[in-house]
Amino acid sequence: MSIELHHIAKHFGATQALEPIDLNIHDGELVGLLGPSGSGKTTLLRIIAGLESADRSPTPGKILFGERDVTHVHVRDRRIGFVFQHYALFRHMSVFDNVAFGLTVMPRKDRPSKGEIRARVFRLLEMVKLEHFANRLPAQLSGGQQQRVSLARALAVQPDVLLLDEPFGALDAKVRQDLRRWLRRLHEELGFTSVFVTHDQEEALELSDRVVVMSNGRIEQVDTPEALYRAPKNRFVFEFLGDVNHLEGRVKNGVLTCGDAQLKVDLPDGDEELLLRPHEVRLAETFEPGVHLPMTITAFSLVGAEVRVELEADWLGAPWLATVRHSDFERLKIHRGQRLYAHPRRWHRFKDEVVKASQPH
Amino acid sequence: MRRVGDAPAVRGLLILAAVLLSALFLLLPLVAIFAQALSSGVMVFWENVSNVYTLHAIGLTLLIALMTIPVCLVFGVALAWLVTRFRFPGRRILQTLIDIPFAVSPVVAGLVYLLLYGRNGWIGNFLDGYDIQLMFAWPGILMVTIFVTCPFVARELIPLMQAQGTREEEAAVTLGASGWTVFRRVTLPNIKWALLYGVILTNARAVGEFGAVSVVSGAIRGQTNTLPLHLEQLYQDYNAVGAFSSAALLALIALLTLATKAALQRRATRREAIL
Repeated sequence: MSIELHHIAKHFGATQALEPIDLNIHDGELVGLLGPSGSGKTTLLRIIAGLESADRSPTPGKILFGERDVTHVHVRDRRIGFVFQHYALFRHMSVFDNVAFGLTVMPRKDRPSKGEIRARVFRLLEMVKLEHFANRLPAQLSGGQQQRVSLARALAVQPDVLLLDEPFGALDAKVRQDLRRWLRRLHEELGFTSVFVTHDQEEALELSDRVVVMSNGRIEQVDTPEALYRAPKNRFVFEFLGDVNHLEGRVKNGVLTCGDAQLKVDLPDGDEELLLRPHEVRLAETFEPGVHLPMTITAFSLVGAEVRVELEADWLGAPWLATVRHSDFERLKIHRGQRLYAHPRRWHRFKDEVVKASQPH
Repeated sequence: MRRVGDAPAVRGLLILAAVLLSALFLLLPLVAIFAQALSSGVMVFWENVSNVYTLHAIGLTLLIALMTIPVCLVFGVALAWLVTRFRFPGRRILQTLIDIPFAVSPVVAGLVYLLLYGRNGWIGNFLDGYDIQLMFAWPGILMVTIFVTCPFVARELIPLMQAQGTREEEAAVTLGASGWTVFRRVTLPNIKWALLYGVILTNARAVGEFGAVSVVSGAIRGQTNTLPLHLEQLYQDYNAVGAFSSAALLALIALLTLATKAALQRRATRREAIL
């Protein structure tokens, strides 16, 4: 079921949590709401769910599920599934009773028979691989298992849309990975429309069909993960989607100067700030004419596919981060205190909020 | 290494002081009550207890407690639900208002009720026209008892419900549950121990209340005398054994209440240990 938001805004007292927002989520899509804390992503999700109501004035917003206008429909009648960050399982009920809850509270005429409820709950528990835990209490399960119960409980009532509020936020890294993959598979199998909130860029990019990047109650960009990463619309999106190195300086006659650092650029004269991703920085023992960025290595981390190297220089405001292949790491014999030269592969610039990416000459 | 305050001398002194004070101020009076009540033998004690006025006082006291508990239960749950589940202007003030019965002397409460609901009072005067008498009758006793005991349940529930938060209830609503179903199947099971504890406290206070009740009851023997008032009257009549027999009854109710509370607490902690 598709979700359409028209002009949804929200104030808490005098503070504006959401600026008027328009958003279309297609049928069967998995959409991530990504943003730092306080960006309004959870508020937006809760408004979609009906747990929070949008502002009625000055202009009332509108929420559509498919053709159905649910703006004034109560949460209990919206046919949503909601998964909470801290699971919110009913602590005094067994896993079975938790999953069965939504079915047992149905009006008598729609309610499935006892046997059918039992069959359906066990089908769901099998799907989340917890069929042997049906009689346990939530507190006797691990965090990951509790979150799976919470998902099964939400899916039991066959909701039109599934909404997840930081579903993996409280779990450790390994479990998170597994659950993410598992949710992705489940989504593809069952084909429901889902919206999830996260502050983790990696999670948003890995899981979503499309990502909605938010900050300060505003939508900054809505795009596929690839488009978002390749072509961020503004500086906020660029900086939020990964580590960023800054190079500030003054351009004169096509050369950007900052202390004793120099970089040839094809830009008009004036103050400039260039942004680089860690993988866009190459390290070498020598400098070239027009590319003179001397740096000192202060720390490095070997864990992972690449070595992460931290660099400092007295002409830099904040340290830089570069990722180096293990083979290069060995060839350069990288050690703390070593002096090397940075060579930008490419850089980005968001002056006047216009995107530019360029190769250095 | 020794921890702060762990010197044997200090520890010994503190233990001694605690034991001594508990014995002098708590245990000894309790023993004295039963000793006095039984000082002339079990038969005399039984005669005193089975005296028609004593029996009436017991009956009235239990009746008042029995009527107070449901009122306080409903009031306390509703109030706790209101202040922990909704945000509205005046919420803080309401939370402070709940504590008034704790802060105000019960005698003052009794006097105010007399002033308002007595035959010459604003509301009492009006009701008198319809031949309804509240003061110096059991409704007055009930009213002041409710006033004195109404914070207990709410005070037990509010911190707990605040700590538990609203997530489980929200989850229940998203699954399609109606308000009453949410309360019955999600909220109530989570607060039932605190609720029971609140009821026990309410009961203890309702049974033992003296100050406020003495002002509004009129203490008519066989009509508006509760057990604490009856006890005092007997004592004023120099019937020490009779007074202590009633006192023993009150103490017995108190001990029973405490035992119930301890048992419930043990059960609750054992339940938590399993989880």
